[in-house]
Amino acid sequence: MLLEICCRTGIIDPLTIIPPSEMIVSMVDHIGSGEFNESIVNTFSTILLAFVLAIGCGTLAGALVHRSSRLRDVADPLLASYYSVPTFIFYPLLVALLGLGKAPLVVLGVLSAAPAVMISTLSGLDGVSPALMKIARVHRLSPARTLWWIVLPAALPRLFTGFKLALSYALIGVIAGEFILSGSGLGYAISFAYQSFDNRAMYGLMLFVLLVAVIANGILYVWEERLARRRSSG
Amino acid sequence: MSPPAVTEPSHVVLNEVVRRYEGPPAIHALGSIDLVLRRGEFFSVVGPSGCGKSTLLDVLCGLVRPTSGSVQFEGRELRGEVPDGIGVVFQEDSSMPWLSVRQNVAFGLRTSELSQKEITERVDHAVSFMGLAQFSGHYPAQLSGGMRQRVCIARTLVLRPRLILLDEPFGALDQQTRLLMGDELLRLWRETGATVMLITHALDEAAMLSDRVGVMSARPGRFIDMVETGWPRDRDSRIVSDATFGTVTARLWSSLRAESLKTMGRAA
Repeated sequence: MLLEICCRTGIIDPLTIIPPSEMIVSMVDHIGSGEFNESIVNTFSTILLAFVLAIGCGTLAGALVHRSSRLRDVADPLLASYYSVPTFIFYPLLVALLGLGKAPLVVLGVLSAAPAVMISTLSGLDGVSPALMKIARVHRLSPARTLWWIVLPAALPRLFTGFKLALSYALIGVIAGEFILSGSGLGYAISFAYQSFDNRAMYGLMLFVLLVAVIANGILYVWEERLARRRSSG
Repeated sequence: MSPPAVTEPSHVVLNEVVRRYEGPPAIHALGSIDLVLRRGEFFSVVGPSGCGKSTLLDVLCGLVRPTSGSVQFEGRELRGEVPDGIGVVFQEDSSMPWLSVRQNVAFGLRTSELSQKEITERVDHAVSFMGLAQFSGHYPAQLSGGMRQRVCIARTLVLRPRLILLDEPFGALDQQTRLLMGDELLRLWRETGATVMLITHALDEAAMLSDRVGVMSARPGRFIDMVETGWPRDRDSRIVSDATFGTVTARLWSSLRAESLKTMGRAA
């Protein structure tokens, strides 16, 4: 509301930020026109692919590292400093290796998101009570049943934290990749609008991306809350 | 007072059991232990902290292999796997927070080949036996520590074990709850006819519940005394007011005191 007033009264230059109401109108116009349909499909399918791969790779890598104390000694300091590395610097290398398609963006998204899943997997597996693992042995459960009936449910709350972070990092990785270096997708469309001084389109598309990110995170949040409610008193 | 009903044949036999852990630092945790658990008896183990009581339980149920010696359950030697017929309740809360009370109790039968009708009957019986019928839809986080431990006992009970091993199951509970849980345990022992071995650090608990109490030395744990309490099978926590209760507890403490001082680095 304050932003709307500031924009409408000229306190904030409309060339810098347009009023939020106009952002909404612009978003509805641009998305409703269908001109960005291909970009939307491209971007969100890339994000989804990066997210799913990050969950798969991160969980697997986390589980492998958890099983080996030597790997753990190597991985812990690397994971601790991982997010100080700007992964975008690898984009030219990825383009050279994988070409100008979806692949380098997916890899960029996975590189951004997988370590968060890996960290949460390690934390989740570390948190499984030794007493529960003993229960698995007392009940003579096979490794697969131990994983499915005990380890995964016990680790799920921490895994979920990693999934939420992975969604955000995959979204940031893909959109930022498109923004900086790609020739297609919503990130590129926002970048193109920015360079063409088309504030209306730029803010409309930004709002759309924000809205989708918030809704996707909200769905995960509600799901997580439902799981957490069982495990907390009250 | 009638004599104890513990004259049945041997149920579990430990023969020169030793357990060492490779280092560094190498630890000689247990033994050598020779022990016979008689079928249907209530046997307790007391000992100073770190003397290997829990290791003894792990060895006895097959979770840990002895470095040397053998463990026989119902005439069969254990080889690193928990055999059918043994139920274990651990000190730590091992209820599963993602399952309701009923689902927790039924967990014990997930791999069984029983019919759904029999599973339902067993779960119903265990849930009501442990006084959890009103809470069967609750989740562990909504229960007190004592009730969560009852859930764990009920999960063991559905398996109808012939040997029940309890590793300080009431360690985290307050004194009143411990006494009441002790009564529950005695009732369970009487009604199931199972052999029970209880690991505890509470001398009064061991004296109150047991037909026989084994006192362990400081590490490496060995039995330094065996005390027959002589209680009748039909007993409860009111046994603490029996004239001989103090005598039993005093004997346990006199055997244990020097060992406890050793663990504190002091002479007796």
